[in-house]
Amino acid sequence: MVDEKTLDGNAIAGLLMEVFGSEMTTAVATCGSCGAASMVAELPVYMPGLGTVARCRSCESVLMVFTEVRSVTCVDLMGLASLG
Amino acid sequence: MAGTAVRGRLNTWQTATIGPVTDETARVRTLRLEVPDWPGPSDGQHRAGQHVDIRLTADDGYQAERAYSIASAPGEPLAITVERLDDGEVSPYLTQEARTGDQLEVRGPIGGYFVWEPGSGSGGPLLLAAGGSGVVPLRAILRERSRAGSSVPVRLLYSSRSWEDVIYASEFGLPPGGVEVIYTLTRSQPRMWQGYARRVDDAMLAEVAWPAALASPGQPLAYVCGPTSFVESVAAGLVKLGYPAGRVKTARFGATGG
Amino acid sequence: MSPVSRGFRRKREAAPADRVPPGQYVTKDFPVLSAGPTPHTPLSQWSFSITGGSETKTWTWEEFRALPAETLTTDIHCVTRWSKLDTTWEGVSLDVLLAAVDYDARYVLAFSDGGYTTNMPVADLLGGKAWVAFGYGGGPLGAEHGGPARLLVPHLYFWKSAKWVRGLRLREADGPGFWENYGYHIYGDPWREQRYAGD
Repeated sequence: MVDEKTLDGNAIAGLLMEVFGSEMTTAVATCGSCGAASMVAELPVYMPGLGTVARCRSCESVLMVFTEVRSVTCVDLMGLASLG
Repeated sequence: MAGTAVRGRLNTWQTATIGPVTDETARVRTLRLEVPDWPGPSDGQHRAGQHVDIRLTADDGYQAERAYSIASAPGEPLAITVERLDDGEVSPYLTQEARTGDQLEVRGPIGGYFVWEPGSGSGGPLLLAAGGSGVVPLRAILRERSRAGSSVPVRLLYSSRSWEDVIYASEFGLPPGGVEVIYTLTRSQPRMWQGYARRVDDAMLAEVAWPAALASPGQPLAYVCGPTSFVESVAAGLVKLGYPAGRVKTARFGATGG
Repeated sequence: MSPVSRGFRRKREAAPADRVPPGQYVTKDFPVLSAGPTPHTPLSQWSFSITGGSETKTWTWEEFRALPAETLTTDIHCVTRWSKLDTTWEGVSLDVLLAAVDYDARYVLAFSDGGYTTNMPVADLLGGKAWVAFGYGGGPLGAEHGGPARLLVPHLYFWKSAKWVRGLRLREADGPGFWENYGYHIYGDPWREQRYAGD
């Protein structure tokens, strides 16, 4: 069953450029939980207003979380085994 | 030096002024945007399929940001096409309130994945699949193909609720040589409609999609853009027809106008 | 300084000021916001557990629905600044659920299908302040809003009202759940505008 509100890494390309300083949608994200690798553009992304959550396409584990706390962007990449 | 300056601009918000606006359908409007430092032909102009982030600021300081696909081809005046979502906050503003001369902020062009370039050796035919306003970046790809004089055969499968909701209908009504537009109207059809009248399914893809065997090695075969359910079902259907998953490019933000 | 986009404003409804916490605006919408995909646990596999007491207590869906339930009307406040007034719910009070457990812990971590967690003091679940809600707006709680059942703790920011809740883990010390880990306030009182850690 598909959630209509789910976006993908394309939708956060601007945020990623701001955070990483370069175009990231074709970077390969490897999941720290299951090892699946996909391009950032193809990751399911959720934006519930509190933050942005990018998950593994295969096992849905959280890979990246971005929040904005008092105008500072906080980035958590702990779910990734690698990104590049 | 020039390359660094361009990259800096891509990363920052620039003030844009709304230029001429065109109502495409009752719910969809195209807005030309004038951005002083928009990359031009000589410094890495935008690529077909990319998008911009738009930011609006209210007079109490409240800001809202959304991503919109670029509707224009590289080299054409920058334009976005916005669909009004009834429960949205930004799209009702852009499609009903905003006027020529109003200001907003733009960041971009953005995106390195869902892009198409007329390269050498890209002879393999292309399938473009659009769900609703997902047609916007695909129209930019078609315009780029024409501007570049490419002869890559293209089929655009365009799913829309009704004929009245079809965006760019007059442009697609006169497709350039080598381009075929196939519509499916999912909710209502004009009298005498002979075309598809249902959501895209595997049987329709089997009839419309190029055979996977015609692909040129290394080139994307298909670009699919629209709401999540459309993108997932089309991408899965193409994979079942033998398209390698890595050669089907997807962009799920057709419905995020908001 | 960003230029003002003439005529752009946030959609907001009029509301009495004493119903609207600082920095909030009232909406008639009920936005569907989630950090992950909507789970679809069949009721036959659903359970609610309270762990960390002297014994783990678990209810199946049938057992849970056999508990006394109440309807309530309340306002809800999301940290993303929207508030929705007079929402109606049906659920089982945490007073009823926690009364079935022998414990002396003072904090809980609520956990949900899909891995979401959030934390609060036990005291904020007692005294008629919190429910496990299975009904909304006169009908069953829809999956997109957290059904079959979600935690409902309306006096705190709504991220504490965990969707798809499956239980509570009682514990001695407080500690951050999902959003608290990423910078949101450990307690989250909308009336003191406790949005972020350190507020």
